[in-house]
Amino acid sequence: MSPRKHDRILLAHGGGGRLSDELIRHHILPKLKNDALAELADSAKLNLSSNQICLTTDSYVVKPLFFNGGDIGKLAVCGTVNDLAVAGARPVALTLSLIIEEGLEFELLERILASVARTAKESSVEIVTGDTKTVEAGAADKIFINTAGIGVRLPGVNLGYKKIVAGDKIIVSGTLADHGLAIISQRKGIEFESQLQSDCAPLAGLTCELLEKTTGIKFMRDPTRGGLAATLNEIARGAELSIEINETEIPVNPTAQAAADILGFDVLAIANEGKVVVVASAESADDCLNICRKHPLGARARIIGHVVTSRDVPTVELITRIGGRRIVQMPYGRELPRIC
Amino acid sequence: MREKILEAQRFMNAACKKLGRRINVMEVCGTHTVAIFRSGIKSVLPERVKLLSGPGCPVCVTDQGYIDAVLQLADRDDCMIATYGDMIRVPGKGGSLETRQSKAAVKVVLSSEDALQLARDNPDKKIIFVAVGFETTTPATAVAVKEAAGQGIDNFYILSGHKLVVPAMRALLSAKNNNIDAFLCPGHVSVITGYGVFREIVEDFNRPCVVAGFEAVQIIEGLAEICSQLAAGKLELKSMYPAVVTEQGNTAAQEIVAECFEPADGYWRGLGKIEKSTLRLKEKYGKFDALRQFSITETPVKEATGCRCGEVLCGLIDPPQCGLFATSCTPDDPVGACMVSTEGACAAWFKYARKEKRER
Ligand code: SF4
Repeated sequence: MSPRKHDRILLAHGGGGRLSDELIRHHILPKLKNDALAELADSAKLNLSSNQICLTTDSYVVKPLFFNGGDIGKLAVCGTVNDLAVAGARPVALTLSLIIEEGLEFELLERILASVARTAKESSVEIVTGDTKTVEAGAADKIFINTAGIGVRLPGVNLGYKKIVAGDKIIVSGTLADHGLAIISQRKGIEFESQLQSDCAPLAGLTCELLEKTTGIKFMRDPTRGGLAATLNEIARGAELSIEINETEIPVNPTAQAAADILGFDVLAIANEGKVVVVASAESADDCLNICRKHPLGARARIIGHVVTSRDVPTVELITRIGGRRIVQMPYGRELPRIC
Repeated sequence: MREKILEAQRFMNAACKKLGRRINVMEVCGTHTVAIFRSGIKSVLPERVKLLSGPGCPVCVTDQGYIDAVLQLADRDDCMIATYGDMIRVPGKGGSLETRQSKAAVKVVLSSEDALQLARDNPDKKIIFVAVGFETTTPATAVAVKEAAGQGIDNFYILSGHKLVVPAMRALLSAKNNNIDAFLCPGHVSVITGYGVFREIVEDFNRPCVVAGFEAVQIIEGLAEICSQLAAGKLELKSMYPAVVTEQGNTAAQEIVAECFEPADGYWRGLGKIEKSTLRLKEKYGKFDALRQFSITETPVKEATGCRCGEVLCGLIDPPQCGLFATSCTPDDPVGACMVSTEGACAAWFKYARKEKRER
């Protein structure tokens, strides 16, 4: 049977019949091959070394599907891997569900699957089970992906808001706002788009190294939708403490800053897909910074601020370039375009 | 930079000490408002220097009567509305362009040129360009009108909500309860008009007018200049932005505006009717004037109950003094225009200065 009779996905490719089988056996399995998946059983069986299991899921609807620095496939793996990573887990296995709009070119699907496979390999996780559905033209936007991920928590690691105390330092692993701006400017066809690269990357390597080599890490979070502003506000609320950050210490690529200014966005509120915010004790902050800086994904890491006791309600405050102070608010709906 | 700021702070402190009272400076430009909040400028000023956000954001000063006129046109299925993004969210009678069902298609455009292109692309529709803005945007509208005339495009109309800054400043100072000591004037308006337009404010009302750029340091230096003038009792017109702004401004832009538009009395949100403060198309371009062609009128409307935009725009209250601020009025669901535009005083305060209250 020829593996490819059609150029585009038909509704019948999701119908559970011959075409479905062909899609799975000829297009999906060869890209993602591993023992668990090859069985095509209704559920994957996993042997896990610990009972400290983390489980997460996320759906990806990014537009455009391919952008500078990544694509929806890479994003779908990184996003879920990173959610496990910042929980202090080593990701083990992912599920992959595709909702495909009838008419999607096979060529695009194959590029996306290749990217899923590549990123999974890079993150040392396997895609162990999955599902494919097709929907009528117009019922989805080309392709939506859901991944769920399972990970094993590193021994002795227990992160949480309640561990945070005044004096702890806030570290970011690199430049902010690259992902969101790459997507938005590509969507709007802005000329500097080619210089803007999404930071989309799997962070588990970096986070595991940080947790294994230091002891003072209290909390980690990847600042995706809502950016640093949302993440820091969540931390402040969760810890019931305030946070002070320095504008001059916050790493931002000049092109990204220029793009944000033109588009009227605040770099602090824009999504990242390959950055981690670490809250670490004052004593361990320098060690964390050094580990980040030696890692390819953390070369531009900085200590950007610290935790302080709140006078009233937990607040995130920015010390601006001119030494002024202003509040960094939890971003509200209008500031949050669909970018993941 | 640190040095410049320290020096400006020294000037301001000395002035406050000498005067022994509060100094109220009003900025009349939305770009200044945002820059002030974003950089936390208020926190580096002496306590006695108070900044008031005046009528500087084009969306905020647009009267509800104008919005209602837009909504009337949106009810016609032979029309298509071309508007800047923020305007679709300003509430009028029965909702906003965004929330109510319009018969006309509503298109968000980035420039008057885009609106004109819509007219070319949709010959069977009447394109209404919702033309708002101050002196910085008027020339572009004038260019579009002239282009439409030159190219014989006859399905393009503008609903002019263009406004002039100086008549509004005069109106503010003529109000008995005004507390404005000086104006920080916008650099980009001055690039077009020339900073000379503010001379009448200095001469007729004895208030310093200082033109400043939009960098935090430029704003602070402008404020220091104002404080020093007040302390010395020497009230002047001064541009701190000499490289870009001249006394005469861009005469070519002024000419094209003068060819298409003439000043008319008009309504401002919060300030009411101000003489010769808005621009309407001249008779010879009357066929592009939506008001004339569709025989609609702008009826002044009272603001939504509880909304205190008017007092905010006059610098009489700070946004948190409005009872609706951050409760029923938020950027996601605005009650008044000052919360709609990111340049509005209420929206800027919400985003950069709002302190949450402890829940009980
Ligand atoms: S907070 Fe809202 S309701 Fe109050 S003055 Fe501002 S815009 Fe009007």
